[in-house]
Amino acid sequence: MHRFIPSTKEDKKAMLESIGAADMEALFVDIPKEVRLDRELALDESKSELEVTRLMNETLGKNISTDALTCFLGAGAYDHYVPTVVNHLSSRQEFATAYTPYQPEISQGTLQVIFEFQTMIAELTGMEVANASMYDGPTACAEAAMMAVAAGKKKKSIVVSETVHPEVIKVLESYLRHRDVALIIAPMKEGETDYEKLSTLVDETTAGVLVQNPNFYGVIEDAKKSVEIAHGKKALAINYVDPLALPILESPGKQGFDIVVGEGQGLGNDLQFGGPYLGFFASTKKLVRKMPGRICGESVDSRGQRAFVLTLQAREQHIRRYKANSNICSNQGLVALRSTIYMSLMGKAGMKEVAEQCLAKSHYGAKVLTASGKYKLAFDKPFFKEFALVGDKPTKEVNGKLVEAGILGGYDLGPLGVKNGSLLCFTEKRTKEEIDQLASTLEVI
Amino acid sequence: MKDYNQLIFELSKSGRMGYQLPKCDVEQVDLGTLIPSEFLREEVAELPEVSEIDLIRHYTALSTKNYGVETGFYPLGSCTMKYNPKMNEDNAAIPFSKNVHPYQPEETIQGSLELMYDLADQLSEISGFAKTTLQPAAGSQGEMVGLMLIKAYHDSKNDDKRTKIIVPDSAHGTNPASAAVAGFEIVEITSNPDGSVDLDALKAVLNDEVAGLMLTNPSTLGLFETNILEISSLVHEAGGLLYYDGANMNAIMSKCRPGDMGFDVMHYNLHKTMSTPHGGGGPGAGPVGVSERLVPFLPVPVVEKKDTGYFLDYDRPQSIGKVKGFYGNYGILVRAYSYIQAMGRDGLKEVSEVAVLNANYMMHKLKEAYKLPIDKVCKHEFVLSGLNNDKHEVVTLDVAKRLLDYGYHPPTVYFPLIVDEALMIEPTETESKETIDAFIEAMLKIAEEADKSPDLLKSAPHNTIVGRIDEAKAARELILTYQK
Repeated sequence: MHRFIPSTKEDKKAMLESIGAADMEALFVDIPKEVRLDRELALDESKSELEVTRLMNETLGKNISTDALTCFLGAGAYDHYVPTVVNHLSSRQEFATAYTPYQPEISQGTLQVIFEFQTMIAELTGMEVANASMYDGPTACAEAAMMAVAAGKKKKSIVVSETVHPEVIKVLESYLRHRDVALIIAPMKEGETDYEKLSTLVDETTAGVLVQNPNFYGVIEDAKKSVEIAHGKKALAINYVDPLALPILESPGKQGFDIVVGEGQGLGNDLQFGGPYLGFFASTKKLVRKMPGRICGESVDSRGQRAFVLTLQAREQHIRRYKANSNICSNQGLVALRSTIYMSLMGKAGMKEVAEQCLAKSHYGAKVLTASGKYKLAFDKPFFKEFALVGDKPTKEVNGKLVEAGILGGYDLGPLGVKNGSLLCFTEKRTKEEIDQLASTLEVI
Repeated sequence: MKDYNQLIFELSKSGRMGYQLPKCDVEQVDLGTLIPSEFLREEVAELPEVSEIDLIRHYTALSTKNYGVETGFYPLGSCTMKYNPKMNEDNAAIPFSKNVHPYQPEETIQGSLELMYDLADQLSEISGFAKTTLQPAAGSQGEMVGLMLIKAYHDSKNDDKRTKIIVPDSAHGTNPASAAVAGFEIVEITSNPDGSVDLDALKAVLNDEVAGLMLTNPSTLGLFETNILEISSLVHEAGGLLYYDGANMNAIMSKCRPGDMGFDVMHYNLHKTMSTPHGGGGPGAGPVGVSERLVPFLPVPVVEKKDTGYFLDYDRPQSIGKVKGFYGNYGILVRAYSYIQAMGRDGLKEVSEVAVLNANYMMHKLKEAYKLPIDKVCKHEFVLSGLNNDKHEVVTLDVAKRLLDYGYHPPTVYFPLIVDEALMIEPTETESKETIDAFIEAMLKIAEEADKSPDLLKSAPHNTIVGRIDEAKAARELILTYQK
């Protein structure tokens, strides 16, 4: 008898008797003999909590975590500060173990959190509406692209800038290939989208134009230009953003974007080796009926009180089945809760201060790292918390030596065509001492 | 607490703060000199200004308006709302695991890669497949990946005529939606009244345009598809592949395996079978297992092992590419690994046995008061078709809402679509006989109430924090954000 299964031998016996079954086997007679597994599964025997925890600490202890390495690595996953309150509140079982809020009378907690999340995302992005969240940033981009295709008639392509995160482009390729939608890549010029080229690639058949800001290389682009180009051909303008930059950068809504998506990991979520994270998804109100995923709306209950409920469900797969624009049937509920708590706690002033500290620290980093002349900035462009640095040795080799010195170096830009290039990230968590240490270590590699 | 009805924005007060960062220890910068002014935000983002304690009370109050597995019994059919062991949460929070960046050098992530490699292996063993990818973020994404794999397989044989996927009308809504997202046309076939595949209907649509069939076994009615071998050979003979929706894996672990039934590809729902928490709607994880012939097409990267250690293999020329950022919902994978280690081969076997026993016991006890369309041995769940005595026009929704008054989460209602007034009940293995008996008693009491005082049901719930919510108003007015 396993500790997570409360039935005693006597319980099982009584229940079998009540059904009129001779034994447990009688409940599986409907499975044809030919497909029955005639052996035990080749797994270990059950283990106690102590044994499992020991085993997992041993296995995972082979990692070197960011507790031992000072993290200057970003590129879509960021070592931002996670206030302790986030962990405490999000581990409450009422949030963590609940199902999707299909029974609103006993799910007002989850539903109200979604409503607050939607409000904060709409406020940060400057958009009218936002949904309850998506799997992650890259899949949110793919869903945005599919929505753009669904929203426009005779639209057959998506144009994406080369400065968008390479994993986003890869995910877009996988999603769009199966929908007969062409993915056209607009080239980069000196670290930002070549908007002149972009404008020649967008035509009447373009469904959406996607640019990232700050872009993958950390550069703050003149993203507004893509809006003009897209709207000129009746395509939707899509922007992929870092929510931590939004408190200081002009909101995509103000710039005229139709759909704004992003990776929300930095909003109160641990690095966790890449997931679970959360994608956010905001748009104009005009497009809301084409939006993928869950949306929560305000209403009243039978007693006249304010209450919340999932709404516009007629868009979704469980109603529309194969006619649905998206097959998504969940959000990242618990991660969205964490981000809602994070945005509430940091609040208006805190979110801005995080952004300002990232900006100050990355610029200090750029100054000290380039001081001797051994390293140069790859691009002379405004940046937020990341920049591309070029040295005289392959990044992989440099990063190996940095690890020995207890430092997690930047993302290797070599494979993307920036020779000896490294994308370094400076969050509010980095100290002057750590940045100086990075500079002095790099000097002697 | 019960009457608490405020939004975090309504607690906000100008100048209040709940955070403190270390003082910025590098030189201050002037925004305007670093960033062109036209790129700077003019209007401040109006986020809440609250203290830590007020925020904690707010979200604690909201949590009390929710119902979780630890609140009470959650017999939600097809969702496998079993107990989520606490140790899994602690193991996922091991700092060596949660504080690791996905792009770290390979030599610094050997532990996580080993865990993923082993988990994929264990999932392959449980399902009878050659290899498993852990990348999909959820069951529906797993479905989409499985269908992309089927497409890639036919494409690799230059068989571009195969554009159709067969989906029974009893299937979960994500099946046809995922097939459509993967670029297929959907051919829906009617099921037998017991939810099994109508072989004649299947034969009638099988031809050289069929790429595959999507099926779950046990079916959405909780019944085992006894003709499964015939179905799989029919589809294979027609040149199609078989997709297995793993939503119902909790019924069959160590009893039989989808791979041995002739399926070519399946997705797991780790948040169902492997006890990871549902999180109020995610994150989940939807690993996909495949037979040998689909291995070359798996998404990149695949965790592999060589003499020097584990590595992320991107060098897979026939791969369908990437479907998600990084490597999957790793934190969920860690929980599932913890669970499988704790259960072991003996525990997983007992899971399926007791899940099936509990379902049959409940079905047996409820079939007098409620209509049971198919009275034969079920697997981990069963479907009732409303009340036996419905002379007062009490419908399934009313029964479900009245269950709320008794302190239960209702079963899944109005699904599968092929059963009228469906009530789909899945007790899972983690509930005691006492809990199950108490629920049965409540269901029987409700059946009595439906006869004697039907209005009590029609106006239910009465004891919840909020009453029935006006969904039409929500859709009409579309208030999706807080307005001051």
